[in-house]
Amino acid sequence: MAEPIVTYKNVTKSFDEVDVLKGINLDIAPAEKIALIGPSGSGKTTIIRLLMTLEEPTSGVIEVNGQNLWQMEKKGELVRANEKHLRQIRGDIGMVFQHFNLFPHMTILENCMTGPINVKGESKEEAKKNSIEMLEKVGLGDKLENYPNQLSGGQKQRVAMARALVMRPKVMLFDEVTSALDPELVGEVLEVIREIAKEGEMAMVLVTHEMDFARDVADRIIFLENGVIAEQGTPEEVLENTESERLQQFLSRFRS
Amino acid sequence: MIPISQIGEIFSILLQGLNITITILVTSAFFSFLVAFLAGFGRLSKNIFIRKFSGFFVEVFRGTSLIIQLFWFFYALPILFGIDLGSEFWACVIAISMNYGAYMSETVRGSILSVAHGQTEAAIALNMSRFQRMRIVILPQAVRMMLPEFGNYLIQMLKATSLISLVGLADIVYKGQLYTNTNLSSTPTVYLLILVFYFIIALPLIGLTKWAEKQSSKGVASE
Amino acid sequence: MFFGSLPMIFKGLWVTLGVTIACYLFAMVFGFVWVTLKRIPFKPFQWVVSFVLEFIRSTPPLVQLFFLFFGLPMVPYVGVSLSPFTVAVLGLGVHYSTYISEIYRSGIQSVDKGQWEASIALNMSVRDRWTKVILPQAIPPIIPMLGNYLIIMFKEVPLTSTVGVAGMLLMADKFGARNWAYLEPYTLVAIFFLLLSYPSAILIKKLENKMNRRFDKKDPTGAKNVKKGVAIDG
Repeated sequence: MAEPIVTYKNVTKSFDEVDVLKGINLDIAPAEKIALIGPSGSGKTTIIRLLMTLEEPTSGVIEVNGQNLWQMEKKGELVRANEKHLRQIRGDIGMVFQHFNLFPHMTILENCMTGPINVKGESKEEAKKNSIEMLEKVGLGDKLENYPNQLSGGQKQRVAMARALVMRPKVMLFDEVTSALDPELVGEVLEVIREIAKEGEMAMVLVTHEMDFARDVADRIIFLENGVIAEQGTPEEVLENTESERLQQFLSRFRS
Repeated sequence: MIPISQIGEIFSILLQGLNITITILVTSAFFSFLVAFLAGFGRLSKNIFIRKFSGFFVEVFRGTSLIIQLFWFFYALPILFGIDLGSEFWACVIAISMNYGAYMSETVRGSILSVAHGQTEAAIALNMSRFQRMRIVILPQAVRMMLPEFGNYLIQMLKATSLISLVGLADIVYKGQLYTNTNLSSTPTVYLLILVFYFIIALPLIGLTKWAEKQSSKGVASE
Repeated sequence: MFFGSLPMIFKGLWVTLGVTIACYLFAMVFGFVWVTLKRIPFKPFQWVVSFVLEFIRSTPPLVQLFFLFFGLPMVPYVGVSLSPFTVAVLGLGVHYSTYISEIYRSGIQSVDKGQWEASIALNMSVRDRWTKVILPQAIPPIIPMLGNYLIIMFKEVPLTSTVGVAGMLLMADKFGARNWAYLEPYTLVAIFFLLLSYPSAILIKKLENKMNRRFDKKDPTGAKNVKKGVAIDG
């Protein structure tokens, strides 16, 4: 693989007494699309939360663009990164959440504009132009002045994606973004993700239960179990031709 | 029982006390909000000394009654700072501000904490700095939550101003008592009218609080 | 010299505690009165009750005490002179009953609507509905709040020194007047209050945490507690 954009080296994570991740080694190539699947409790969400700096690794190294995310050098020694260091690197990562987490006190246009204006220092006009463009892309160009509580779940999630995309991250993380939606709203969200994937520039990591979708969109599927990567490969390899019994058992739950 | 004309006379006497009551109320309200935010943020601080110190302050002023704090400051201020000019006024303001500031700091702290976790995470995902997170995402939602409780505390502060008569400030209660000293038979009427007077002042505050309650349910994410 | 007032204040402590409990019990009972009155299905009457309740709640308790102690005796024909203790219990009791009635109301409100319907469907008598279904669910969550009000009333009792109740504050005043030293006795009274109210507040908070874990709305069966190895029945 050409220089990977994200690297996990022996990353572990424990909460209290529970070891959630037990040694993850992973390279993500630029513009690669990865689907993370596995039983609940396997640690899939934790992996991406570590990258988004929402959790801190217990041990191991995560690198973004070759830079150590959670550690920095101070007087020749390696210490835990401070806020300034984290912010420097975090700008290349974006995330869409299971429960949307839109800002309820802002219109959806303001939700999209707040990142570019306050974090990237864009001018109000430029941020507005880009936000409108992105909201139109996800099909919500006619709802710019609406508040989140006036939208359906599917619409909220599309706004959340526009908000994250307008920051132009190099890696986009999706944390079970359709799990909280009513079944009839799932399709519209998946459609948008498909479009984003087609454009090709961003790496994407999707934690998902939607196997058919994963097969369509992903370059690589990773099966996580008990805190380690149990299987990985192309969608054909993992979903159709696997020899692992555990994986077969897991996948059988999703077959009708 | 009591002729209407006398009621009018009593009211105009009570009115003379209105000035100092409102002045103390407004001044105390201002300082108590200041204290509330200082102590509230102090309790959320990462610095353990600030946290412990604010915590101590809040517990002391919540754990003792306003009337004791009032008397204490009234006698302590001249001794500690040699302030004699207007010491009654400032003793009252300081006591009320500290007391209610301590209670309201819990409101501040509680509201900030109860803005949903997901909001902070979304702000982190957008790479906002800690200060930006507070200013753009958390505070706007937290303040809306604080308003109804602040409204309630404001009404309580209004009731608390009746205590200033005990240290000799010429407020509504004091003026009323002066009148009853020379018109003993009017005592029950006077006290009832004092209550009515306070109630009239309280009415807009009650309305404001109810309005704030309606506002606080819109536009806030709490899980 | 600093502790010179201690014996007097200690004597006052018992009075303060006694008045606190008396006022609290009165407020708890009178709170029920308000709740019952407000449930009488006659709109104008409910409006009057609400008005009176709001009036009492929003006006200074100090003035209400003065009215009872200084004003009531002067009322023609029906005027009675009440003892400081009676004035304290009536005055603070009625004043704080308004707050407690609100707590009762919110406890009843928080019981799921379906519980009423289920008890009607089972053809329960009104009395059984209240005693077997509604109250057992309404009361436990409000217990911490009721506990808080005990502490609140404890701190409000010093107001009654103005009508002659011989609690800690009056004792401190007496000592101060005799010895021209007010600061020391007041400080001691403040310390006494802190010593009693602060640990009580912590106890109430612990109680509240325990209640919250048991009655977590998102986890009605207490399944969360099972994972942590805590028995559901606490």
